[in-house]
Amino acid sequence: MAGVVATIAREPKSLGGRIAKDMIISGIIVFLLGSQLIGIETIDDPKGLRFITRYDDVFVAALVVALGRAGMQMLRAGIAWPVLIGSVAFAVAVIGSTLIGGERDLSLLPFSNKIVDWIFGLTAVVFALRALVVQRRGGAPAPRGGGVMDAVSARTQKYSRYAAGLMILFAILLPVLFPERRIVDMGILVLTYCMLGWGLNVVVGLAGLLDLGFVAFYAVGAYSYALFAHYFDWSFWGCLPLAGAMAAFFGIVLGFPVLRLRGDYLAIVTLGFGEMIRVILINWWWFTGGPDGIRDIPRPSFLGLPFERQNPDGGETFHSVVGPMLQSVFDIELTFAPLHRIVYLYYIILILSMVTCVFTLRLRRLPIGRAWEALREDETACRALGINPRNTKLTAFSIGAMIGGFGGAFFATRQGFISPESFTFIESAVILAIVVLGGLGSQLGVVLASTILIGLPEVFRELADFRMIAFGAGMVLIMIWRPRGLLAHRDPTVLLHGKSALDRRDRAMAGEGSG
Amino acid sequence: MDLFIQLLINGLTLGAIYGLIAIGYTMVYGIIGMINFAHGDIYMIGAFHAVITFLILGVAGITWVPLALMLMLIMSVILTAMYGWTVERVAYRPLRGSFRLAPLISAIGMSIFLQNYVQLAQGARNKPLQPLIKGGFTLSAPDAGFAVQLGYLQIFIVLLTVALMVVFTLLITRTALGRQQRACEQDQKMAALLGVNVDRTISITFIIGASLAGVAGLMVTLYYGVVDFFIGFLAGIKAFTAAVLGGIGSIPGAMLGGLLIGLIEAFWSGYFTVEYKDVAVFAILILVLIFRPTGLLGKPEIEKV
Repeated sequence: MAGVVATIAREPKSLGGRIAKDMIISGIIVFLLGSQLIGIETIDDPKGLRFITRYDDVFVAALVVALGRAGMQMLRAGIAWPVLIGSVAFAVAVIGSTLIGGERDLSLLPFSNKIVDWIFGLTAVVFALRALVVQRRGGAPAPRGGGVMDAVSARTQKYSRYAAGLMILFAILLPVLFPERRIVDMGILVLTYCMLGWGLNVVVGLAGLLDLGFVAFYAVGAYSYALFAHYFDWSFWGCLPLAGAMAAFFGIVLGFPVLRLRGDYLAIVTLGFGEMIRVILINWWWFTGGPDGIRDIPRPSFLGLPFERQNPDGGETFHSVVGPMLQSVFDIELTFAPLHRIVYLYYIILILSMVTCVFTLRLRRLPIGRAWEALREDETACRALGINPRNTKLTAFSIGAMIGGFGGAFFATRQGFISPESFTFIESAVILAIVVLGGLGSQLGVVLASTILIGLPEVFRELADFRMIAFGAGMVLIMIWRPRGLLAHRDPTVLLHGKSALDRRDRAMAGEGSG
Repeated sequence: MDLFIQLLINGLTLGAIYGLIAIGYTMVYGIIGMINFAHGDIYMIGAFHAVITFLILGVAGITWVPLALMLMLIMSVILTAMYGWTVERVAYRPLRGSFRLAPLISAIGMSIFLQNYVQLAQGARNKPLQPLIKGGFTLSAPDAGFAVQLGYLQIFIVLLTVALMVVFTLLITRTALGRQQRACEQDQKMAALLGVNVDRTISITFIIGASLAGVAGLMVTLYYGVVDFFIGFLAGIKAFTAAVLGGIGSIPGAMLGGLLIGLIEAFWSGYFTVEYKDVAVFAILILVLIFRPTGLLGKPEIEKV
């Protein structure tokens, strides 16, 4: 044993030796990491805890990681054939056994979930493709990644007008093309997060204030609508501006004392606000309903016409009024369908998010928007130039909060039920992740990131328990792949000294993290 | 008065645990300037390792409490430290030198990953554990209606924390490793030029932070007797609050902040309401930051123009 350790510890000269060492070490590390958490499962019995062992899983995990690691090293060194053969064999074995297995779990992998098997198989396919590329290049080491995506995002930037137009067209037509509850619901969700992302982008992307408690304003918006509706029977349309105003007011009140804090101090304080508001919502039960939340929040009506089979007040409903109109004009029959309400909600959020998008785009051009970006770059210089940092930050914070509040009110009316459970830190983290993953400051990036982060997990509902794991791992992987965000390519609108100034700025920003 | 002493004892115990976790935050922040959001989950993993080691020891027939504790401590520290190292290697090192928010998002992703990984591997239910260290002193006047309890476990937690603090302070101030760490904290590029292996030093920082979190995890397992996959979140936020309260980047500050948070929580729950203790903690954090924007022991930032 000592001999083996000594052999491994020595730095091997040859390439093969290095790859083997790397492979062995990563295998051992994964084995040790899994030795207790995966290898031993604790089971909660009435008599106390007991455990069962699952060491086969740990071995498989260690083996898969070691092989994958070796494959990556070989590709980096420009060796293609062994990786190609190995990954094709792996993919065929895994995908084949999953396909043949049918209902039974024949797969070699220790997961009880077919989609996870598929993901592993497809990863092997990616490896094989990568190996093919290396092979075609004649064994030259692969260049550092990101080049392709850089070009893509630069092109997206160039054609963003058309891309945005196409996307909006698609968004408008979505309920017509796919009149299914599941898809429209997903569209609503993605659009809600787009809107929240654009709102947070004002705070994080433009003003450079790291806000980890955005969900607080979302909660304020949702609860102000829910409470006004609950106590005073106000309608959604009456409450929507009110919810935004309430959230903006909270933004100002919370922001006023703390916005002079810098960077990460601000982050923890905003995180604290998020938690405080949640704790207060839970404990102020006689007013907010406590952990049980508020039920029966009224749905929005279309010009006063509810989307119900029968109006509870005995008046007209949407289908009883619009139906005959359509009948007489277009000769289309419209009967009551629950889908109408969902489609209506979809269009509401589409309009809300489009307004948000245009609003935030326009804000950038205003003096205040310029001041935000200037403040993000250099606070001291701004102060010297006569920009009031506190008021400027406060406007960014409260405008972000207001958009969060609108989003919250919409969330409340869509769900019909809200409870403090919906406003945990993870919501803030997801919204922030959407902003950063998309590429700070990129409006299209937010759309892309929220489609990936919100839409994909909805599609992969069957992943079940593995869904959130994949979500977390996905966040890490995307960040490693594209540290500045998926569509992080932004040419400044005005250049003072041509292209070289731009390069210098990029270098300076890259150095920012380590400095 | 009796209630005061009891709350003081409870607060100190809790504060010791928060302090140990807070050191991990503050060290990482000091050296690479990022909020390691996954640190709370590293601590949770430490707690799980303690429980699992305890179960194995039960099967192996080791029931002598000091030996069992020792082994639990060793296993929990080693394996948790490995998790700390791996997290840095996988999720943060590729992003070093990248722009400021990238490691933060990566850390949040890692935190989500670790939580769900443990939930998947170990189940979502609480894991109860029977108390290992029972009994304690009863300190109070015979006529008082309220008996102040000082558990052996509380003494153990506070003593172990103090011992770790002493070792840790010596490590930072007296050894070559500590010197390298402080050098990297001040200027990584210069430290690298002078022959400090920056990558290794940062890895060791993560290992030390995770080890202390592992100890804290063991303590919490013993103290509350129950762990689940979600304990890391709240403890993580509290410990991070403690680190900021004391001045992030300052190691004595983290300890002080931890103690203060523990005491605030204990006294607030004792004299006011348990429900709003988290609100109290954050409110006091905000108050402190308004008057001292860099925390209690933090150095004021010097801006160069």
